[in-house]
Amino acid sequence: MGPVLAGVLQLLALIGVLALVYIPFGTYMARVYSSQKHLRVEKWIYKGIGAHPDTEMTWPAYLRAVLAFSAVGVLFLYLLQRLQGVLPGSLGFSSVNPAQSFNTAVSFVTNTNWQSYYGEQTMGHVVQTAGLAVQNFVSAAVGMAVAVALVRGFARSRTGELGNFWSDLVRGTLRILVPVAAIAAVILVACGALQNFSGIHEVGQFMGGTQQWNGGAVASQEAIKEVGTNGGGYFNANSAHPFENPTAFTNLFEVFLILVIPFSLTRTFGVLVGNVRQGYAILATMGAIWLGFTALMMWTEFAHHGPALQAAGGAMEGKEVRFGVGGSSVFAVATTLTSTGAVDSFHSSYTGLGGGLTMLSMMLGEIAPGGTGSGLYGILIMAVIAVFIAGLMVGRTPEYLGKKIGGREMKLAACYILITPALVLVFTAASMALPTPPHSMLNSGAHGFSEVLYAFTSAANNNGSAFAGLNANTDWFNTMTGLAMLLGRFLPMVFVLALAGSLAEQQPVPVTAGTLRTEKPLFTGLLVGAILIITGLTYFPALALGPLAEGLA
Amino acid sequence: MSTATPTRAPHSDVPSGHKSAEGRVGAGLFEPRALVRSLPDAFRKLDPRVMVKSPVMFVVWIGSVLTTVFSLKDPTDWFGWTISAWLWLTVVFANLAEAVAEGRGKAQADTLRKAKTDTVARRLLTDGSEEQVPGTALTIGDLVVCEAGDVIPGDGDVVEGVASVDESAITGESAPVIRESGGDRSAVTGGTKVLSDRIVIKITTKPGETFIDRMISLVEGAARQKTPNEIALNILLASLTIVFLLACATLPPFADHAGTHLTMVVLVALLVCLIPTTIGALLSAIGIAGMDRLVQRNVLAMSGRAVEAAGDVSTLLLDKTGTITLGNRQAAEFVPVSGTTEAEVADAAQLSSLADETPEGRSIVVLAKERYGLRERHQGELAGAEWIEFTAQTRMSGVDVDGRGIRKGATASVIAWVGEQGGTVAADADTAANRISEAGGTPLLVAVRDSRGARVLGVIHLKDVVKDGMRERFEELRRMGIKTVMITGDNPLTAKAIAEEAGVDDFLAEATPEDKMALIKREQAGGKLVAMTGDGTNDAPALAQADVGVAMNTGTSAAKEAGNMVDLDSNPTKLIEIVEIGKQLLITRGALTTFSIANDVAKYFAIIPALFAAVYPGLDKLNIMQLSSPDSAILSAVVFNALIIIALVPLSLKGVRYRPMSADRMLRRNLGIYGIGGLIAPFIGIKIIDLLLSLIPGIG
Repeated sequence: MGPVLAGVLQLLALIGVLALVYIPFGTYMARVYSSQKHLRVEKWIYKGIGAHPDTEMTWPAYLRAVLAFSAVGVLFLYLLQRLQGVLPGSLGFSSVNPAQSFNTAVSFVTNTNWQSYYGEQTMGHVVQTAGLAVQNFVSAAVGMAVAVALVRGFARSRTGELGNFWSDLVRGTLRILVPVAAIAAVILVACGALQNFSGIHEVGQFMGGTQQWNGGAVASQEAIKEVGTNGGGYFNANSAHPFENPTAFTNLFEVFLILVIPFSLTRTFGVLVGNVRQGYAILATMGAIWLGFTALMMWTEFAHHGPALQAAGGAMEGKEVRFGVGGSSVFAVATTLTSTGAVDSFHSSYTGLGGGLTMLSMMLGEIAPGGTGSGLYGILIMAVIAVFIAGLMVGRTPEYLGKKIGGREMKLAACYILITPALVLVFTAASMALPTPPHSMLNSGAHGFSEVLYAFTSAANNNGSAFAGLNANTDWFNTMTGLAMLLGRFLPMVFVLALAGSLAEQQPVPVTAGTLRTEKPLFTGLLVGAILIITGLTYFPALALGPLAEGLA
Repeated sequence: MSTATPTRAPHSDVPSGHKSAEGRVGAGLFEPRALVRSLPDAFRKLDPRVMVKSPVMFVVWIGSVLTTVFSLKDPTDWFGWTISAWLWLTVVFANLAEAVAEGRGKAQADTLRKAKTDTVARRLLTDGSEEQVPGTALTIGDLVVCEAGDVIPGDGDVVEGVASVDESAITGESAPVIRESGGDRSAVTGGTKVLSDRIVIKITTKPGETFIDRMISLVEGAARQKTPNEIALNILLASLTIVFLLACATLPPFADHAGTHLTMVVLVALLVCLIPTTIGALLSAIGIAGMDRLVQRNVLAMSGRAVEAAGDVSTLLLDKTGTITLGNRQAAEFVPVSGTTEAEVADAAQLSSLADETPEGRSIVVLAKERYGLRERHQGELAGAEWIEFTAQTRMSGVDVDGRGIRKGATASVIAWVGEQGGTVAADADTAANRISEAGGTPLLVAVRDSRGARVLGVIHLKDVVKDGMRERFEELRRMGIKTVMITGDNPLTAKAIAEEAGVDDFLAEATPEDKMALIKREQAGGKLVAMTGDGTNDAPALAQADVGVAMNTGTSAAKEAGNMVDLDSNPTKLIEIVEIGKQLLITRGALTTFSIANDVAKYFAIIPALFAAVYPGLDKLNIMQLSSPDSAILSAVVFNALIIIALVPLSLKGVRYRPMSADRMLRRNLGIYGIGGLIAPFIGIKIIDLLLSLIPGIG
């Protein structure tokens, strides 16, 4: 079997399994967020944190809860790293310096999981398990909570109430993420991933010299790393490391874990707004972009010219032999089109166009299917924009799911789409214009520029993957990527929740023959076009000077 | 005679609207000469205080200033000068579009101003004497006297007398109308002229706020405020502008790293090409033209908001009489009782109706002629005939001639007459009359008294006649997702029959103003937007409650005050056109926005390779248009960007061609034309401009 066929078959298998779980899992999640009952353990938690899970929140209250919870998370993670030297179970690692502690704390709370450190050489068991792993769960649950709040904004009318954040957070964690991650961890262990609390082993290498191997709760962290679209690896090599991702099967399984919640949330959305076809339309939009990008990636990686590449059956530099070009391409697209950022291969070593695709994937705003929750609210905002432009063409003031898109809604949606490009472009420009930061670039010319552009694209979009080559562990990059992550995560949430509040107050407009049918394929096509054109236009000049200059050379 | 007195002015029978080959609402006049005429205004609008109102064009304005300043620094740089010139042209073209749109209203305003000459009013004092005061000195509550030849000094209600008034200054309609005290025909408008008799008018508006003043400011656009959807669209355009501003402003450090320096002129050119200048330039022209299209149909929208709401309307309340049916019932059939023939009934009906001048009576004569070839006889032809005229009291008309008495009229009246004459009413006459009532018609009995005694000969079937083409129109409205509700004072049975015949979705029978109001509120509670027409004072609350309330100009001032539009022709059918104009306005906006954004793709393919192919030769592969040189590529994009504005001015003034169809089909069509078309057109346009430019020595 040739490598191309193998890649295609892997992709088909992936689609098959995703399709299989879509309806039951999506419907289950809808029930989780609409159920009236609390589990006993949930009641304990509510009592413990002093929350009233049945109190409805207006959007400012919901937002305050999100921000307060996240702020506490950042502070706790920061202190944990700063105090690592005096904590037990630290494998002898010292405390982490302030800039890096800030960067890492923000990185994990924002679901970015950008890592400017070497996991196995910096973080001990306590920080990894009690700090980073916990945020892997709750940061994902926060994203889902905000998405559900927006969906409630569409589904409800004449109320400003968006549900209860604490209840959404706890349920998302306990009823969705924990069980799925637990099952996934067991499967990963069964397939050979590591799971222990062992110390550091020093082993000899074939070529002489020695190498250090850490033990750790790797498989469990790996599972939530993918399920929660986090991406922060236990090891620096991330999912390319055989302890994290031992075989071609686990590789595909991890891609499945990355995609399963974001895709299935479209079903949850459809069920909650009472029209599953609306969910299918969003699914189709996500699916079309994801499939298109995967196909393009495979094409550029397999078809690259040059004798060495052809002998290897494709662009194998920076890719693991056990995954091949196909498995690596599927992984690279999935991880950048979601806010995961885990890597099983080095995006920096991809062909120029392939590297550009990983960047463009993130630049789309991580909406196809995007991060847990953040993907859904991101694409719904794009749908609002697309409806606004196209809706006028049917001769009515625009409406989506029966809610009018007026001045206020447009203002919030416009602010949302402004934030990420502003962060990416301004931080990148500042890094290129200032005298010192460019020293972090390993390469000159277009590739060097791509390294910086990739770093801020990844940070502002909360992806977390890195284009190897950039030394990001400097005060400048630690601080600036930290800011980009923080602003790139929470500013959009402000506008999403404000929009949700505004929509929830509205009275729905009934559907007539004069209504733009957003569940039809025509609208899906329009939405895909709007997403590609609006993002493409924003980043085209920057992409031209980085990956395009390299890829077209 | 007739059971339902017409509530409408005869005006309502005016056939609906100005149809044209371009679709009903497609027609607005556009003449290229208007562009030249409006040039001075376009330059006047270059004032930054005016420009700042349109964020997109203001950015272009700043860009033009910047490139001009940089060109002044390097006066030999022909490229900088050319780009600056075209950027200024871009701004001027945008202003020109607005000026042309406004120009059409200005002409109309001038005509109105002529009507608003300073008048001298004859104010009535409490002791009954009169004093002469200037029209501008009148206050609310003043009583003024107007006699034949006087121009009415201000808006008001007739409180005494009846007069014929020439309202052509406002409506353009030369036939005089009757204004009388009391009832629904009491409102008079300042600037109109009394042709006969004497009336006393109570002034209801302050000078300067009269209907004609409001009309002038409306058609001039002085009172124009941005509508909600326009505001929302402006926000989107502003945010896109900021995105592209960021993309361009961050480019110099990237370019420096690549080893090339971007000049300010090039950066501004790139920015102007990317920001949505096409829609930004035409947005206000589209809005003004939309209002103007209404004005051309003699409808005054008191706010742009109402025009937008018209596009969103999902329920139309239409009065039966005058809108759905012709103003009056017409004879449709003669039904004989046993022992008589249809021809006999027709003959008797015709004879008895000659003295009935009501439209119903006339229609009987016409039917007899058309169906039975009975020549219309004139009253003078029958010597010795005694004519009995139709009156509202007797509800009968007829003739006594040659010892024969013939009567025709309302069932009860005729039965009573037959009884008086000692005759009997055949049972099947009753059956026929009931059958007609049940079918929604009005039965009239025809009876005769002759040598065989008094008896009923037959029944005339009077029915409402649905206007031609209404059924098709309601069908179209249904396809557009608009529900039609017929409002009528008729009983439910009659109403149902007419509703079915006309093809409306629903009806409200025996409607009182309260019922109407309740219906509007019910629809609105379901999230629907409701449009209606009205003219009476008792319509005022409903007109105010409706999202689009069109008051008839013949109506009372209370109704005109309550509605958000006034139809000067007083033609209720126009409501349908108003909805279409509202939709067309929104479609035009959406189409040009889509076109504008889609255009950008090609401009990138022109400019990016031009900027960077020198340092990264691979990027020349993006130069798919094969433009001749970098300078020519950038210039072609800028020129295209400016020319497309002028090219689209006619479209923005006329509006996108509109035909009623479902939202799905409409989207498919417009997306094809303006989305896909918008992607492709600039590739062709820029290439052509480049070919032309490359002919100029020194560029190619």
